[in-house]
Amino acid sequence: MALLEVKDLQVRVDDREILHGLSLTVNKGEVHAIMGPNGSGKSTLSHVIAGKPGYEVTGGEILFNGEDLLEMSPDERSAKGVFLAFQYPVEIPGVATMTFLRTALNAQRKARGESEFSTPDFLKKVRAVAASLNIPQDMLRRGVNVGFSGGEKKRNEILQMALFEPSLCILDEMDSGLDIDALRIAADGVNALRSPDRAMVVITHYQRLLNYIVPDFVHVMSRGRVVKSGDKELALELEASGYTQFEDAA
Amino acid sequence: MNLALAKTETGRALSDAFALARDRLPGAGSVADARQQAFEAYEGAGLPHRRIEDWKYTDLRVLMREVLPLAAAPDAAALTRAGAALKLHAIEGVRRLVLVDGVFAPKLSETANLEKGLGIRTLREVLQAGDAALQAQLFAPDSSNPLVALNSAMMTDGIVIDVADGAVLTQPLHIVHIASGAQSAAMFTRSLLNLGRAASATLVESYIAADGAKAYQAHDSLILSIGDNARLDQVRLIEDGREAFNISSSVVTLGAAAYLNTFAITSGSYVSRYQAVIAFAGEGSRVETNGVNLLNGRQHADSTLVLDHAVPNCTSREIFRSVVDDRGHSVFQGRIIVRPDAQKTDAKMMTRALLLSDEAEADNKPELEIFADDVTCGHGATTGALDESLLFYLRARGLSEKEAQALLIQAFVGEAIESIANDALREIVISAAERWLEARG
Repeated sequence: MALLEVKDLQVRVDDREILHGLSLTVNKGEVHAIMGPNGSGKSTLSHVIAGKPGYEVTGGEILFNGEDLLEMSPDERSAKGVFLAFQYPVEIPGVATMTFLRTALNAQRKARGESEFSTPDFLKKVRAVAASLNIPQDMLRRGVNVGFSGGEKKRNEILQMALFEPSLCILDEMDSGLDIDALRIAADGVNALRSPDRAMVVITHYQRLLNYIVPDFVHVMSRGRVVKSGDKELALELEASGYTQFEDAA
Repeated sequence: MNLALAKTETGRALSDAFALARDRLPGAGSVADARQQAFEAYEGAGLPHRRIEDWKYTDLRVLMREVLPLAAAPDAAALTRAGAALKLHAIEGVRRLVLVDGVFAPKLSETANLEKGLGIRTLREVLQAGDAALQAQLFAPDSSNPLVALNSAMMTDGIVIDVADGAVLTQPLHIVHIASGAQSAAMFTRSLLNLGRAASATLVESYIAADGAKAYQAHDSLILSIGDNARLDQVRLIEDGREAFNISSSVVTLGAAAYLNTFAITSGSYVSRYQAVIAFAGEGSRVETNGVNLLNGRQHADSTLVLDHAVPNCTSREIFRSVVDDRGHSVFQGRIIVRPDAQKTDAKMMTRALLLSDEAEADNKPELEIFADDVTCGHGATTGALDESLLFYLRARGLSEKEAQALLIQAFVGEAIESIANDALREIVISAAERWLEARG
């Protein structure tokens, strides 16, 4: 059974159809890149998979391990192993990063019927992951993402990914706003999480990110559909020729 | 027409109540005369209503309608119920001073082994046999406020605390108001704390009810006199029964170089009004008066604060947060008066409301009356809902809707709670806020 199966998905926002019958199958262990021009519906797809309010699904379905994902609340999806790394992680003043991480991890574990982490075990785990991502301890004491640079916010997303151990990671424009050094640290963090039990969907506008996170499959989206799929060579082709040909095709 | 009728009915019922109660009220001679004057002041005004600017958002003729008859002194059964309620709200490490149905309850209180410099008496004792100066101080609060006047007329008991010059109390004092719940009645209490020069104390006040308490009215007032170089840390926890009325007044005077850090959290009662007048009488003093309202159902909570800067070089800070769900109504009125002589006053007031439902209401009314020219004064107010993008982020990380809301509400009120300087008091308030969030489910 596929980990994620998106079948003929149609989505509207404010009476405007954004996705017009999108299909995508992702198996465990695979890394898929979704590329496409601005406004092609890439972020909409990531939001609908994570359960963000404000999108109306008018047709098609999304199955996760064979279960109907669209019937689940965002927190249920999270507990089942869906993780969205946000393009723009929000700042939450007054909620310490450490408190947030522990509350989230224990909420997910509780929903799965697992025991909560003890404080020492939790601290040990967070510190180890934070060290590997070059995240200083004082960042963990601050409010969630408050005063973090763009690179720090993205690293905080990857920290959560490492901590929650989801089976499906969706990375929405992870490279936006990052310089080359920040990008390399973030990509190393992501690569360390690649595993035969986990799949990743990397959404990006630029081929650059795919030099660091090398995908198994590349899909090109245009005007709310996947218009072409291939292997990593497709990304290089796009870099050379641009998206215009696909916009015409769509 | 209707309004006039309502006033007449309310007034008559109360006149009868006062006539019936006056023989049971402690104090004769000048005390009885002062009561009579205060009652007349109240009667002249009647229950305040929305056409009086100060009561615009809290119309007691609509919300309260009448003043209930004076509660009977608690019997053994009432004291047992109060004792059970007390256990549920016990705070570790404090000296407990308990009033049940408006009457001091010695068996539930700890009055032995007083620290050096600490004196405790009941209001009843002082009104019956106290010195004239202390009695006069007890009647000093301004009867132009009708509910203060009513409280002066009807006050039955309370705690009169004296902290000697230089005494630094290590154990917090905890005044607990308990409604035993047997009868639908009103209790009238007044307490007084005279904090000597360079003295220091910590005061907690709680308002609670025994399980299953009927509708009742708690009319309370507190007189605080803070000496030169003295320091008071204070919290008030309004956790009354959900049908209760709580009308509390504070009248505070600070000497020179004194410090007051006071915080009020209101999560209980059906209708509550907390009115405080804090006056600077000496230079170089600082007041931080902050609070949180946590309301749901049809609760109504009004905090009306007056900071009176009468002398130069004083600082005041007000941070107020309200969280309102369902059809709750939160009111904050903050007036800062800077009198002509009060140069170099530094006064700031910030109030924010969080509305959790479409029918929730929050009113913020800041008033600055500035008559000096070399001052720093400011105020700000915001009202809004929980940020949807923050809620989604938390839910995408596994928090249920209620858990996500709870975390954001805690962060919102946390900004005010952080201002509590005393660690033990801050923990007490955090626990009270957590109780409210847990009860929300």
